[in-house]
Amino acid sequence: MATADEIRELMRTEGAAIAENTQGFNTGRYDSVGDLEDYEDLKRAARGIKEDAIEELPELLDQLTETVEANGGTVYIADDAADANEYIRDVADERAADRVVKSKSMTSEEIEVNEALEADGVDVVETDLGEWVLQIADEAPSHIVAPAIHKSRESIAELFNEQFDPDEPLETAAELTHFAREKLGEQIIDAEVGITGANFIAADTGTMALVTSEGNARKTVAATDTHVAVAGVEKVIPTVEDLHPFIELIGRSGTGQDITSYVSLLTPPVDTPVVDFTDDETPLSEFDSDRDFHLVLIDNGRLEMRDDEQLRETLYCIRCSACSNSCANFQSVGGHAFGGETYSGGIATGWEAGIEGLDVAEKFNDLCTGCTRCVNACPVGIDIPWINTVVRDRINRDKEAPGEWLVDGLTPDEEDDGAPLQKRFFGNFETVAKLGSATAPVSNWLADTTLARQTMSRVLGIDPRRDLPAFERETLVDWAGDRDSQVTNPERRAVLYPDLYTNHVQVERGKAAVRVLESLGVDVVVPPAPSSGRAPLSQGMVATATDHAERVTKALEPHIADGRDVVVIEPSDHAMFTREYERLLDESSFTDIAANSYEVFEYVFGLLDNGASVDSLSTVTGAEIAYHSHCQQRTLGLEAHTVAVLEECGYDVVTSDVECCGMAGSFGYKSDYYELSMDVGDRLRTQLEDDGVQDRPVVASGTSCLEQIDALLERQPRHPIELLAT
Amino acid sequence: MESKRASFEGALEALGVTVSSTSESELEAAVTEAVTEPAVGVALDETVGDGTFSLVETPITVDPTPAALREATTGVTGAELGVGDYGSLVLSMTEQASELVSLFVERHVAILYEEDIQPDMDAAVAELDERFTETNGSAIIATGPSATADMGALVKGAHGPKEVHVIIVEEED
Repeated sequence: MATADEIRELMRTEGAAIAENTQGFNTGRYDSVGDLEDYEDLKRAARGIKEDAIEELPELLDQLTETVEANGGTVYIADDAADANEYIRDVADERAADRVVKSKSMTSEEIEVNEALEADGVDVVETDLGEWVLQIADEAPSHIVAPAIHKSRESIAELFNEQFDPDEPLETAAELTHFAREKLGEQIIDAEVGITGANFIAADTGTMALVTSEGNARKTVAATDTHVAVAGVEKVIPTVEDLHPFIELIGRSGTGQDITSYVSLLTPPVDTPVVDFTDDETPLSEFDSDRDFHLVLIDNGRLEMRDDEQLRETLYCIRCSACSNSCANFQSVGGHAFGGETYSGGIATGWEAGIEGLDVAEKFNDLCTGCTRCVNACPVGIDIPWINTVVRDRINRDKEAPGEWLVDGLTPDEEDDGAPLQKRFFGNFETVAKLGSATAPVSNWLADTTLARQTMSRVLGIDPRRDLPAFERETLVDWAGDRDSQVTNPERRAVLYPDLYTNHVQVERGKAAVRVLESLGVDVVVPPAPSSGRAPLSQGMVATATDHAERVTKALEPHIADGRDVVVIEPSDHAMFTREYERLLDESSFTDIAANSYEVFEYVFGLLDNGASVDSLSTVTGAEIAYHSHCQQRTLGLEAHTVAVLEECGYDVVTSDVECCGMAGSFGYKSDYYELSMDVGDRLRTQLEDDGVQDRPVVASGTSCLEQIDALLERQPRHPIELLAT
Repeated sequence: MESKRASFEGALEALGVTVSSTSESELEAAVTEAVTEPAVGVALDETVGDGTFSLVETPITVDPTPAALREATTGVTGAELGVGDYGSLVLSMTEQASELVSLFVERHVAILYEEDIQPDMDAAVAELDERFTETNGSAIIATGPSATADMGALVKGAHGPKEVHVIIVEEED
């Protein structure tokens, strides 16, 4: 696991450059996909092509092999890194290559082909400028697309000046680029073998697509007579026509460019003549184009991933980096914390678990807070947080059982063994909350004592700098149970889901929700119900979460059958009902609960839209307010409802657009991540303290967001529903 | 036709690519004006359709030696297709080394027949799909100049050309 010290050091050394670059890419992505009329259709098409291609992978590999060989190339399917390297070394050896030039490729990073070739005395030169910087600095990439994203211009200039001692010290980006172009240009035309990756390979014609902006892949292929393309077996798609959605999506998703400068569609060996660049007599066209082409397709665990129901989606990944750039934590610490041996960012968990193993994936798996901001960013719709959850579960189960006695009674969970103590504590927070309410206010006082804080810090890794939630003695369910419905002749009937926090901690927002719904003519009941399972799911305790899901279904089913809508205040729980339960429940139970559940403002919006009068709510005239929506709510497209309702009630609303508040459930409580959580939170704080925003009261939808904002600002935030209650 | 061309030119402008237009009979003059010497090029009949224009009467060295290519500032080639909504050029890879001429120079001048402008990427890829299926061909979809942001700011001319100029050849009346 990345330790608190490592995280702090990375934030200090690489944080600023990473933050600037990833946020730039991410903003560019929003702008660029915003210009696409058929964005969602393109995403669906892209996913469909990958789904089918992975389904038919063995047949496509056979077809591709046949096509490439008919074109005059060679195909080698390598079982693993060593196998691939041995083949590539043989190619270089046969060509008697002194120098190999490479166009950036993550797959070649994965197999570490540079080291293999260098061991044979071959000079290997990276031609992508960012990758070349790292080669000189002897560092690993920190980003799938922009490998040297963590390096500032100043540090590159320092590196070049030290390494190459130029006559005039290099300073500007243009000087550095020009220097690299000259230096690399000479080395490229002097090389015998060119290695590239391949973003996609069409089985019908053997055409491969290479996406670059510098033109180094073009030069690498054109200036050498032997081309080795290295790619994972999952890169195969059926036809050239299938490239269309990917060409439209890959640059936009990655760096926010509508398209990168060059999309090379090569059907090697290509016709470009192989020239001697020093020749000043022979015209270009008189050189022949005698070229060798080797396609090295690498399995290295991928075919096993294909058979793994949970990891299979990883193979749809097109390496665009949208998941990294949209990830709030990645924006703070970058790929050197948020990555494994090769891949970084959200999807790295799937890749590293499949290629390297659980032990490598474990080192950074906890950096995924499950906020789901990457889900809509992914152009092939991979549920990356789910992959992270599954891998977390597998890691838990891989462990020795911890000291059970410490959490006896606190952990009535379904985990047979393994899940670490801290995870089981947070995963079983329902039990803690029940005890807390039952014994409040003593529990709150006790929990806040120095001794208790020290113990929680030592045993559970809960950061002492965090305020703890204060439990209410009277739960929302108790309050509602003692109360008669205020509505006669109801317009609709609903069950308000008493989520863990609303029921035990944020009871006031629950009461406000009941009052608002009643004002709008809804008959409301608040029956006891189990917690949604969000807490154990966050800890990778999938079996426990499944048990919660089943019990929640049992508790809510009779109400749904009775014609009641399910209204949910906590967005992360609403997301459970409408997203994650699909993974945990049988299809009909899921459909039943998902189709009948509404986030509270989505529901209020619907009531107003269907004729309920806003006059029955508390309204204002132009009062200013700042609103921070919740990650999972935004993923579900439900932010707009809150804004619309607040505006209808007369508020002038400013919304935050940072990806996340940085808290995400238990994440920000953990000592290892406290500083990272606050660093992410700082971006939200900055927005909320901007001119024109700094005096606005703040409302936020999620419990975690409320707690984080409470820690970040002087102003105490509230749930927006509390503004509406009369 | 007009809207494809307008959207193509708009996209080129946004990319910082300059454009001029001419007729086939005026093409020599237009090309001469567009190049910065020393200039090298690939005879058009080798790269685009049945064009007969050969660049003979221009200051451009057609089919240069590799050394001359490396000395050249401008490279002139044809473009197979234009992509309206992206301002992309589809460059072919020929035995006449059009790939080298369009890439190993600072300034690339691409000659594109107006009728070869496709409305969008979908149409362009469908066209390439058809061609590749017949010929096992290769092509570069080139959009704007070569660029990198790896050195801390966006810089044009990373490995390939830092300037691109497109000459659109209009049909004669």
